Amino acid sequence: MSTSMEHTDKRYEEELKKLREEILYMGGMIEDQIQKSIKSLVERDSKLAEVIIERDHEVNRLDVDIDDICVRLLALHQPAGRDLRFITTGLKITTDLERIGDMAVNICERALELNQEPQLKPYIDIPRMARVAQRMIRESLDAFVREDTELALKVCKDDEEVDQLNSQIFREVVTFMIDDPHTINRAIKISSISKYLERIADHATNIAEMVIFMVKGKSIRHLKELPPTV
Amino acid sequence: MTKMLNGGKMSAQEPTEAVTASRPSMKAMDTSVIKASSGAPVNNIFSVENVDFYYGEKRALKSINLEIGEKKATAFIGPSGCGKTTLLRCLNRMNDLVLNTRVTGQIKLDGKNIYDPAMDVINLRRRVGMIFQKWNPFPKSIYENIIYGLRIVGINNRSYLDEVVETSLRRAALWDEVKDSLHKSAADLSGGQQQRLCIARALAVEPDVLLMDEPCSALDPISTAKIEELIHELKDTFTIVIVTHNMQQAARVSDYTAFFYLGELIEFGETGKLFTAPEKRQTEDYITGRFG
Repeated sequence: MSTSMEHTDKRYEEELKKLREEILYMGGMIEDQIQKSIKSLVERDSKLAEVIIERDHEVNRLDVDIDDICVRLLALHQPAGRDLRFITTGLKITTDLERIGDMAVNICERALELNQEPQLKPYIDIPRMARVAQRMIRESLDAFVREDTELALKVCKDDEEVDQLNSQIFREVVTFMIDDPHTINRAIKISSISKYLERIADHATNIAEMVIFMVKGKSIRHLKELPPTV
Repeated sequence: MTKMLNGGKMSAQEPTEAVTASRPSMKAMDTSVIKASSGAPVNNIFSVENVDFYYGEKRALKSINLEIGEKKATAFIGPSGCGKTTLLRCLNRMNDLVLNTRVTGQIKLDGKNIYDPAMDVINLRRRVGMIFQKWNPFPKSIYENIIYGLRIVGINNRSYLDEVVETSLRRAALWDEVKDSLHKSAADLSGGQQQRLCIARALAVEPDVLLMDEPCSALDPISTAKIEELIHELKDTFTIVIVTHNMQQAARVSDYTAFFYLGELIEFGETGKLFTAPEKRQTEDYITGRFG
């Protein structure tokens, strides 16, 4: 028996390849959306924020297109084994990516509001948190492409770092609010952005968990503790 | 759960507990399974032990070890020439009828080696019935087809035979379609009905096991669905072993699946697991169509 990766049905092979490419294209677009949403906040660039919000419909279109490809593959090829796991992973990953796209839009909306008022404080931890969250998305997608479960597991573990930054930012803005109630409006918005980034990291973790399922056929979701290795 | 043992017996059991954080490595887990399955009494009706089969010099089956669960449906899959039908036909010694063949190893039915010279082969085939790819009703009436086996052993009690005919046809999900034409020729039935008639005929002698060799390969999708539905119902009472080239069918009807390749049993396990996350690369390549 041949152990080559190619399917006997070349058309099927092409469709699977297309699915992989579309997911990666969507992932790349999402990374860019996050990075620019934070840039629009830090650099107080409202014009950029509007561009990002506008571009979300492209992300949504990709979400629908990828779903269509997955449903078509399921209906026409009755996939099994790793193909089945790949396609179901594709369906779930795009939902997470689409939600991350929505978070980028939410960040831009808060940025637009914050840009109307004087800056509360220099943004230090938020960009740091954004960098970790972005890295998590990139690595989860790298893990997807390379079928690298160790990298996927690392992404799951990195989520803790983002959670801690989120708590730290929350404590900080609460101090601002206690000191001066006039800052409440802005402080809540900063806290929301921190929460959005925390959720983005959660979605990246979901993607990484699905990658582990895709490669190993084992679910590590909803465990009390992460396994040391997979 | 799918188990792969190196040269040991493959035994399919119900899936075990969900994944835990501190799960043992795959290797360690397999070892524990070997011990568990070799010691505990399992509801296995057939036990295939070190079976080799030869057509002349050609070794068609190579050291096959597996157990077939009672009142479960077990599917044999694999490409043409992999030995799946050969093994199926070993289970009721149909291969005895093929010249220049020999079998080594043991196949135990309820603990008794069916290749023991003292084994009553006729009785074995009564207990282990067979359904073929191409339906083969006798050129007789529907009624006579069903009671053929009983007539041979000298049962002529009319009311008993009537009862057997009705029960068998009901079990084969054919009664409603033929109850008014029991004495018409079986040849007038459609292909799907003739195949269900053959199933009813096999059921009339109260077997324990039904072997099915590609029972739907010549049927249309609706007739196929009826047979598949029937298999689901029959497994409450009988053990089913089915050979099929249709992997979706194997996935739909069976509890356990065995994958064969070039006369070897490559993987045997719970069907849901084997079709979503098989353990062997060869199985994965075959079920995903990356074959050849």
